[in-house]
Amino acid sequence: MAGYVSKKNQSTIQSRRGTEESPRAKWLLIGVCGVFLAVFLLLPLANVFAQALVKGLDVYWAALREADSVAAIKLTLLIAGICVPLNTLFGVCAAWAVAKFEFRGKSLLITLIDLPFSVSPVVAGLIYVLMFGLQGYLGPWLDAHDIKIIFAVPGIALATLFVTFPFVARELIPVMQATGREQEEAALTLGASGWTTFWHVTLPSVKWGLLYGVILCNARAMGEFGAVSVVSGHIAGVTNTMPLHVEKLYNEYQGAAAFAVASLLALLALVTLGLKTLLEWKQAREHALAQRGAAPETNPS
Amino acid sequence: MAVKRFNPLPGFGLTMGYTILYLCVIVLIPIAGLFLRVFDLSWAEFWRLATNDRALAAYKLTFGASCIAALVNAVFGTVVAWVLVRYSFPGKRFFDALVDFPFALPTAVAGITLSNLFAANGWLGRFLVPLGIEGAFTRLGVVIALTFIGLPFVVRTLQPVLENFETEVEEAAATLGAGRARTFFTIVAPTLLPAILTGFALAFARAIGEYGSVIFIAGNKPYHSEIAPLLIVIRLEEYDYAGAITLAVVLLLFSFALLITINLMERWASRFQN
Amino acid sequence: MSIELKSVSKKFGAVAAVNDVTFSVNEGELLALLGPSGGGKTTVLRMIAGLELPTSGDIFIRGQRVNDLSVRQRNIGFVFQNYALFKNMNVFKNIAFGVKIKKWKPADIQARVEELVQLFGLEGLEKRYAHQLSGGQRQRVAIARALAPKPSVLLLDEPFGAVDAKIRQELREWLVTLHHELNVTTIFVTHDQEEAMEVSNRIVIFSRGNLEQIGTPREVYEQPRNEFVARFVGVMNVLDTEVAGGLARVGELEFPASGHPDGTKVRIGFRPYAVQISSDLTAHRYRAVLRHTYFLGVLLRVELELPSGLILRARMSKEEYAQQGLADGKPVSVNIRQYRILGSDSESLRPEVATMYDTIVGAGEGI
Repeated sequence: MAGYVSKKNQSTIQSRRGTEESPRAKWLLIGVCGVFLAVFLLLPLANVFAQALVKGLDVYWAALREADSVAAIKLTLLIAGICVPLNTLFGVCAAWAVAKFEFRGKSLLITLIDLPFSVSPVVAGLIYVLMFGLQGYLGPWLDAHDIKIIFAVPGIALATLFVTFPFVARELIPVMQATGREQEEAALTLGASGWTTFWHVTLPSVKWGLLYGVILCNARAMGEFGAVSVVSGHIAGVTNTMPLHVEKLYNEYQGAAAFAVASLLALLALVTLGLKTLLEWKQAREHALAQRGAAPETNPS
Repeated sequence: MAVKRFNPLPGFGLTMGYTILYLCVIVLIPIAGLFLRVFDLSWAEFWRLATNDRALAAYKLTFGASCIAALVNAVFGTVVAWVLVRYSFPGKRFFDALVDFPFALPTAVAGITLSNLFAANGWLGRFLVPLGIEGAFTRLGVVIALTFIGLPFVVRTLQPVLENFETEVEEAAATLGAGRARTFFTIVAPTLLPAILTGFALAFARAIGEYGSVIFIAGNKPYHSEIAPLLIVIRLEEYDYAGAITLAVVLLLFSFALLITINLMERWASRFQN
Repeated sequence: MSIELKSVSKKFGAVAAVNDVTFSVNEGELLALLGPSGGGKTTVLRMIAGLELPTSGDIFIRGQRVNDLSVRQRNIGFVFQNYALFKNMNVFKNIAFGVKIKKWKPADIQARVEELVQLFGLEGLEKRYAHQLSGGQRQRVAIARALAPKPSVLLLDEPFGAVDAKIRQELREWLVTLHHELNVTTIFVTHDQEEAMEVSNRIVIFSRGNLEQIGTPREVYEQPRNEFVARFVGVMNVLDTEVAGGLARVGELEFPASGHPDGTKVRIGFRPYAVQISSDLTAHRYRAVLRHTYFLGVLLRVELELPSGLILRARMSKEEYAQQGLADGKPVSVNIRQYRILGSDSESLRPEVATMYDTIVGAGEGI
């Protein structure tokens, strides 16, 4: 730009393009955003680790090695080990049926699959108590046959299944819909069986979406508190998952120990976020590559 | 649910059958069981259980705090989404990824760390409590926890809308002489409003049912800082099944109504898309 | 003088989008900025509007230097390629937006919008939203909105790019009529040379950020300043060869090349209309076979093949084609009555005066 620019009209010049705020407004907004995210995200996260280590590393390790903590960690892994595969299987089936076929009531089915998201976790626990608890529909029969579901591992698994029910399906349905049907049809015309087609054509093209759903499902399965709390019975060392164990320690005023176990869960959250970001990045890159790969075909020269 | 036209792909019967079976076993039958139990109660009894003073106080707190938290998120979430989409600054990608943190962090952990932060000796509490702002063991604590829980909804709903927003429209307003603030409030904001409302409703719906994070920070005094989901748990622990079921049904019906509202809103929002 | 650009350049990072461009626009003129995509024409338009800032150089609107004026203060009307209508406002409010900001009285706003609605044939659509309008209607609303605050200049970015071919012709004629009625200085960007030729008073041609030529449609077509302009505006037969004995020879074709020493590489160019064709085999010097006829409407394009295998493109009217009794596969005689020696070592060559040669013929690869 020719000539001298006085300080007074510098801000007008910066905002002149018409789609930009003045630098002052811009940095004010960035500041507001930064403070808000710091108070609600960064500080709570940092605080978990600070509180966990407030009494030193020895106390930290001791809290994690304590028998009840170890039992809680094992139970949490077991629950995730049950729920994630089951809901993944369901998610793949539901996505295949919804994405690759046309039928009446499709949008209703999708709404029903999402339903557990709008149910309070406490209510999710309650409905299983009403099914399998002593006062429940099947309670007397289960009691007579000495089968324990509520206040035992099966109840915890069921409640967790409920709250993590939609994760894989809802991530996978749009991805599968986007890939369309042509690839599968092509495979079939080449003589592939349905199973081969699914395994070698469908699955590879939706793998990132599937992984994404699995990761989110796993995070929720390991971290669920409300639903599990209602059905668990809170028996230390037997039916306490990690989040429940955190609560127990916290209520017993063992703050450092509670935060020690909590720090493992926070770590899980960070790993989940990291993987999620990585997957999004990979997906975007593959998309970009596919676009670039397609370009020469449309423009032969 | 019949197949409408011929489709050469295999596996529809199997996958559809399994989907419906699993959906019924895990979700539909248990929920139906809850509603069936309500019919054991007389109408008068249901009404009494649903509207006693303690329950009313709990609804008031749950809905009130959820509404305030969702409003806070609507305002700040819009700012966050705007900043993350429009500006570049150091640490942007980190903050962008961090927005999903409340989705990933177990609620119990959120509860204890927020409670600890705002307690009198916590990192924030030591400055705020002397000013009379008590975040822990109060109703304000409920709002804080619910704000944390709902934070990603508005941001994540708004981000794609903002990314697809044509800057040409803003340029058009500028060529017609509109200032930046005017352009934002008369052109940009009305276009974003449906997405902001949807994000608000999603955050609100999530907050209504939230339990884990709130009970650690709320203080849980009956009639004062006791949320509705907690009251369900208390009723259940008292073996007052009728009370628990009644509250659960009220909460569930409200959630379903909200779900329908959100769906209608999204349909309304698509009115502006071409 | 309505608008003046003096040595305007624009760099995006290290990339020069516009390179030292100088031109001026007369009051009331309808000017086209023409060039291939990436040529810098849209950047020039956006700099005039104030939507981009020049890296160096000055821009004047009605004698006032506007470099330091924001887009809001320049009093221009801008029509975006995809119209950028305000989706949350109906047609009336879209058009009223600009005058409202200028704080006109409500009655004046009402009158101005009504006047434009009538002028643009938008009666009855005032309450509609953008998604309820057709492409052509949207464009008219966008132009009406831009004109409402009485801008000193109307800028249009690819105004016919977003509508389908059928309406495009209609809109072109309409724009010419509109310009004629309002007489507001208008600049529009296009990559379509036919559109620029048909609509504008003058054309500014850009390529890779450089201003290649400015002139009336006739000037840029008949006297292209360089090969880029010649090839971009209209079809041209082009042929590379070397001068020998004062003649540039290509196959059987010979072009007198006086003033070019023997051994210089030259490029011969001629328009399809300069190729004369006759079914009378003795009428012209060269023989050829009519290989293919393309029916484009009133005009036909024909491809001729010479015995040496050279292909020429020619153009003739339907009547002439019928009169001569031409058909694919027929032998004809051919002459090139006008050609230019473009030179070959650089893109812009000395503007060789095109002269009439009665019996001299050119040849070339068709473009």
